[in-house]
Amino acid sequence: MAATQDLEVQQKRELEKKDESTAPARIFVPNTDIFETEGALMVVMEMPGVNREHADITVEDNVLNVAGRIDFSKYEKMQPLYTEYNVGHYRRSFNLSPNSFGEHKISAEMKDGVLTLTLPKVERAKSRRIPLK
Amino acid sequence: MALGFADPFDALFRFQRALDQRLDSDWLEDATSGVGAFPPINVFRQGNDFVAIIELPGVSKDDLALEVRGNAIRISGKKLIDYGGKASVHRRERVAGSFDRTIALPVQLDPGRVAAEYRDGVLVLSLARAEIDTPKAIKIS
Repeated sequence: MAATQDLEVQQKRELEKKDESTAPARIFVPNTDIFETEGALMVVMEMPGVNREHADITVEDNVLNVAGRIDFSKYEKMQPLYTEYNVGHYRRSFNLSPNSFGEHKISAEMKDGVLTLTLPKVERAKSRRIPLK
Repeated sequence: MALGFADPFDALFRFQRALDQRLDSDWLEDATSGVGAFPPINVFRQGNDFVAIIELPGVSKDDLALEVRGNAIRISGKKLIDYGGKASVHRRERVAGSFDRTIALPVQLDPGRVAAEYRDGVLVLSLARAEIDTPKAIKIS
């Protein structure tokens, strides 16, 4: 199983913006797994430091938008001495295949800095076995 | 440089620049050791003491082990990813595996006053200096 391998550092990827935000802060792209089960598309995103109140998920025109804000006020009065990674808010978007998911039935769960989205497939998007005559 | 947050407009940006300035600084010297470089660690000074902040998204608290001895901290554990039984994977960017890392600080720590808090995939280690290593004001006569 995968757990036997040693983990290596994954450099955080910065968001390449198509549109600029007004504040100059850097935004990062969460590492994401996407997989499909029989009834749903699962989107799993790593956003360490983001709690459930600061994750924002929207679906608009078949685009899934996820934004996560970190609370950096806890760093107040701290002086960096040695750093290996940077921190910032997260943002990422995915195009969904049109009309395949029940947009109002999407559910989200946050645990240990990982956001798990379940996008249930609508009936016609589920694969059907074609009987051979 | 002490971080001030008086102007919230670009506070995060200034903080990000401050983090960049200390990127792989020689404060830990060659003291980082252990099997691997995972997980990445940031170390801050807070008053006389230190705070180490480590991102471990997807690692359950039960799969995380911490040890403190002298000036060294060892962080080990494993990260599990479960796609469930019948799943076809579209995109795979997260990585599962085990880790074991030891960092050594240039000061002695008081193991009795080291506190750890794990929340939202972020481990915060409050590292108190040992009494013998705490700076003392010297009276000038």
